[in-house]
Amino acid sequence: MARQLPHKDVVIVGLGWTGSILAQELTDAGLEVIALERGPWRDTATDFSPAYVQDELRYRIRHDLFLRPDQMTFTFRNKPHDTALPIRTWGAFMPGNGVGGAGLHWNAETWRFLPSDFVLHTHLTQRYGARFLPADMTIQDWGITYADLEPHYDRFEYLCGTCGTAGNLGGKIQSGGNPFEGPRSRPYPNPAQEQPFGPTLWAKAATELGYHPFPQPSGNLSRAYVNPLGVRLGPCTYCGFCEWFGCANYSKASPQTTILPVLMRKANFTARPESEVTRINTDASGRRATGVTFVDNQGVEWEQPADLVVLAAFTIFNVQLLLLSHIGTPYDPVANRGVIGRNFTHQTISDCTAFFDKSKFIFNPFIASGAIGMCIDEFNGDNFDHGPHGFVGGGYMGHIQTNGRPIETTPVPQGTPRWGAQWKQAVRDSYLSAIKPGTGVHGSMYSYRDVYVDLDPVYKDRFGRPLARITMDFHDNELKQNAFLTDKFAEIFHAMGAQRVDKEPRKAPYDITKYQTTHLCGGAIMGNDPHTSALNRYLQSWDVPNLFVMGATAFPQNAGYNPTDTVGALAYWAADAIRNRYLKSPGPLVHA
Amino acid sequence: MPKLSALCALGALLAFAASGCAPQLPGAGASAAGSAQDFGKIERGRYLAAVADCAGCHADPGGSGALSGGRPIPTPFGMVLAPNITTDRATGIGAWSDAQFDTAVRLGRTPDGKWLYPAMPFPYYSRMSAADVAAIHAYLNTLPAVRHSVRADQLPFPYDIRFGMRLWDALYFKPGPLPPDPRKSAQWNRGAYLVRGPAHCAACHTPKTHLGGDRPQQPLQGYALDGWFAPDIAGGDQLGLGHWSTADIVAYLQTGHNRFAAASGPMGEEVANSTSQLAPADLQAIAVFLKDEPDQALLARPLDPHEPVMQTGAAIYAQMCSACHRSNGTGVAYLFPDLADSSSVAAANPATILRVLIHGVQSVGTAREPTAPSMPAFGRELTDAQIAAVATYLRNSWGHGAAAVSAAEVRDARRSASGSS
Amino acid sequence: MRRRDLLTGTAVVLVSSTLAPAQALTGALPWHPDAGTPPQPVEPGAWKFFTAAEAAAVEAAVDRIIPPDPQTPGGKDAGCAVFIDRQLADGYGQDRGLYDSGPFQKGSKQQGPQSQSPPAARYRAALAALDRYCHSADGGGRPFAELALQRQDEVLKGLEAGTVELAGVDGKAFFEQLLKDTQQGFFADPIYGGNRDMCAWKMIGFPGARYDYRDWVGRHNERYPHPPVSIAGAPGWKPA
Repeated sequence: MARQLPHKDVVIVGLGWTGSILAQELTDAGLEVIALERGPWRDTATDFSPAYVQDELRYRIRHDLFLRPDQMTFTFRNKPHDTALPIRTWGAFMPGNGVGGAGLHWNAETWRFLPSDFVLHTHLTQRYGARFLPADMTIQDWGITYADLEPHYDRFEYLCGTCGTAGNLGGKIQSGGNPFEGPRSRPYPNPAQEQPFGPTLWAKAATELGYHPFPQPSGNLSRAYVNPLGVRLGPCTYCGFCEWFGCANYSKASPQTTILPVLMRKANFTARPESEVTRINTDASGRRATGVTFVDNQGVEWEQPADLVVLAAFTIFNVQLLLLSHIGTPYDPVANRGVIGRNFTHQTISDCTAFFDKSKFIFNPFIASGAIGMCIDEFNGDNFDHGPHGFVGGGYMGHIQTNGRPIETTPVPQGTPRWGAQWKQAVRDSYLSAIKPGTGVHGSMYSYRDVYVDLDPVYKDRFGRPLARITMDFHDNELKQNAFLTDKFAEIFHAMGAQRVDKEPRKAPYDITKYQTTHLCGGAIMGNDPHTSALNRYLQSWDVPNLFVMGATAFPQNAGYNPTDTVGALAYWAADAIRNRYLKSPGPLVHA
Repeated sequence: MPKLSALCALGALLAFAASGCAPQLPGAGASAAGSAQDFGKIERGRYLAAVADCAGCHADPGGSGALSGGRPIPTPFGMVLAPNITTDRATGIGAWSDAQFDTAVRLGRTPDGKWLYPAMPFPYYSRMSAADVAAIHAYLNTLPAVRHSVRADQLPFPYDIRFGMRLWDALYFKPGPLPPDPRKSAQWNRGAYLVRGPAHCAACHTPKTHLGGDRPQQPLQGYALDGWFAPDIAGGDQLGLGHWSTADIVAYLQTGHNRFAAASGPMGEEVANSTSQLAPADLQAIAVFLKDEPDQALLARPLDPHEPVMQTGAAIYAQMCSACHRSNGTGVAYLFPDLADSSSVAAANPATILRVLIHGVQSVGTAREPTAPSMPAFGRELTDAQIAAVATYLRNSWGHGAAAVSAAEVRDARRSASGSS
Repeated sequence: MRRRDLLTGTAVVLVSSTLAPAQALTGALPWHPDAGTPPQPVEPGAWKFFTAAEAAAVEAAVDRIIPPDPQTPGGKDAGCAVFIDRQLADGYGQDRGLYDSGPFQKGSKQQGPQSQSPPAARYRAALAALDRYCHSADGGGRPFAELALQRQDEVLKGLEAGTVELAGVDGKAFFEQLLKDTQQGFFADPIYGGNRDMCAWKMIGFPGARYDYRDWVGRHNERYPHPPVSIAGAPGWKPA
């Protein structure tokens, strides 16, 4: 029998970015809030020392900060007729674990989506006609516009101290920024970081080719900063141990460095790490959440009653919890009915490796940070005419110099033997004069009928509950998109003066062993129609009005950008709706 | 602080005879003509209780906020437990009159004739006015009674014989307020009153004799206690607060942080409980006074940077420390302390920097400065010799000059400082 | 699934009870002195996992995967076999943290490894099978480490291509694992046993465990002059 804890106004499942934002907002509104986090407490002071955080083997290769598959994993198959097998060790994506979530060890690439991304279905059908889209593509409009979200993007960026050069201020295009971005109400809170040699040369070549390069918006701080909560961050030191690692000197935006110092001081907030929520409880009608059940690290089961439940775990865990809690109708891909699990997406990633004359070029790849580099956006979204190309979508591309860590980043030309004296010599020759961007081509993945999440019929987690099952493969649209973008990317390296450029375009089938960002999106998407979405435009469950579901779970499809800025903005947008509308009159905020 | 000599000194007191009735200071117990409902007086008392930091010792260690005592207070002679000063009549001070309260606070004598140890900083509180002490009493009388019996006597023999306090008082205790200095401004005098009186800064920051009394020639020039070295806070350039403007001092006391430094450990608590509650005008007065205090000069010459220990320290510093504190030691304002301008680094006594290097430290988070940036512990990654080298390097760089730190000192520091903040 | 169904006895059994009970946190940022989990550097000395014979084979193999040359040691002198030995003796060898519930079935390549056998067991079985192969007439009639270097290369290439088959063992998969572990050991921090004296880092010009390049971001196309440092320090750390 689960033991009952004292009632709280709000229970938040997961204490990553969205959990922290919602906790901060709702405690400010005077509510008693508890956040339950599966993983441990983590903080700069206690976990990330400059004495030993520079350990590639421990953090990048052995994944020390990440979820252990034996605690929770998924099963995977490419096609619905395949048998799904467990992901026994992470590869294609890497879920975080612990307070801060993936916000602790992300790159801090901080992008807004395009205005057209939010009305994608309407936009593309208007421009190209419905028949231009593949028949099984299930993209949808979000139910909100970029203009709705703009003030909340601004809020998240000022929380983080995001560094960049604005490209569009109030409708006026600014030189040096992204000319394609949606209008901003004000500049970035901090200037862009100083660029190393490689990205500087890359940007010069891109300019010569007629593009408009700009610094990638970055949550690695270019200078000391105090955010609107009064929390201070320090300047990034380009250590090159950024993504996959915790930051040892308070210079990467994370819940730890932007929110938790204020949140943890509040008497009306409690955090319970090492507490795994196993189900959202509902009353007999199934239309009202009464709280959650969780298991602590002694194996004891507890019930946390609350008036409002905020699901703020990682995308696919949100979906799994909704399925296990019987909230919403599970998606049936054959009947094409149901919403929980549909419109699940990842990202379409590729890269090039460029080799330069080692007597003329010294790139020092180890002078790096997770988001430093120069990008172009000419081939993202619908920023270019897709008519001649036969695909939709796109992505940014850039030379993002994230690391020169030698286990991961010792490139050799394609065709070099994989071991032996020639391999060794090629590594020696190439390390300082080759470029392998940490992020290269970062393309969209749109949604399809046969790419979804449901519960596995065979494999179980350590509590005996079904694992979530991912059915995912690439479609021709994304493969064409990526081939096109990768070719364009390679051209820029040639224009830089590379002696050799090896292209590595993304190929089918989707491979669970090759890392391609952790940007899993969708599965309980937002929209205006409860038949095709799980959440309304405020991220409120259509089925259970006192349940809000945060995160990229809400994305009807994924755009050609990293998701976190949009995830943060949606969290502020939802918090605003909860504070100013829901709390005054609890109940459905949208009547469909 | 060698205990043996103190033992001998106190041993000589055992024959001292008790005398006389309970003494009083002028004005004691003369409650101002206002009634118990004088809210102005109670509010003034609340404020002064924050200045005097009663909570710093008397607050319940369990965190309830009640002044119900029980916290162990380390002294050079052993532990004393802070008594219960809530209004409980049986276990607190609820039965005390105003006069009795005044005698305890300003003379160090309890109603049953016990002589208080100077862990209770009555020598400093003695300088407060009768009216101020009465106001504090009025405030304390508004707080709820908490039944909590505290056995205050925890010191080992012979320090548990309170009789010994007689000689101590004779040597070190001059009761009563200090006269204002007519040559100085009203602001300076207000600062003097606060620092020398209720804020009792000297209790931690003034070097002490073997018997635990203030060294009168070196006010506020630093003192080692509880595994820390409370730094020199007089007005000297090289060892004190000389480089800090009054605005820097005010910011530090108000928020725990300024451009140069971060309050942590016992001072972090002090800021959280006490100085962060003070009016800006009072903080300004304190700052003006401190910067005017005469100070010692730096006598030691810095070690040559080419000395092997300096080179080792520099190498370790470059790899382990400079990513926060910068290669020139200046850190990041309000985030990573400025080592080049740090009286803790400059001090002859390395206790604070050794403790911080070995165990790490969390700086205080206050409402205005919530970040509470922390330094990680290096005690497991670095050997005694390596920590000694870094400490030596810090103390002899950027204008500082102090004796080299030995590996043996680091070894001792590991043992003596348990690391609890 | 009903709430009752969760309450199987396995819920308690499956969660480790060696953890200290987690605390509910409120009121302040948690902190304690001496926090953190610094790594334990590998101790040189006796093999912790490999037998002497296994170690000899692995040392020979890593020295072909990364052969010595006049500028930089090979895999053996760089300590790659030591690295693999210590890793196999530790959690890596036991697949600690990986999902190891059944049923086990082979899937497509893109579904990832589905082996029931952790690396320690796989190395043991593969090295035994390799030894049997090398002792056979096809193999060369002697242990791997005693074969001529060219013959060792042929065996390894054969494993890689699948043309050399080891009885009862997936030779190709073993070679991939050995290749990965060797190269990782070569480039990892020396505290893990390989990359002795930071020889691999010196070979490529990687400055190691440094954490501040602010003074160097703007120095474009300039060689970084400082030698590498390890988490365990650098030669300059020995006080006189």
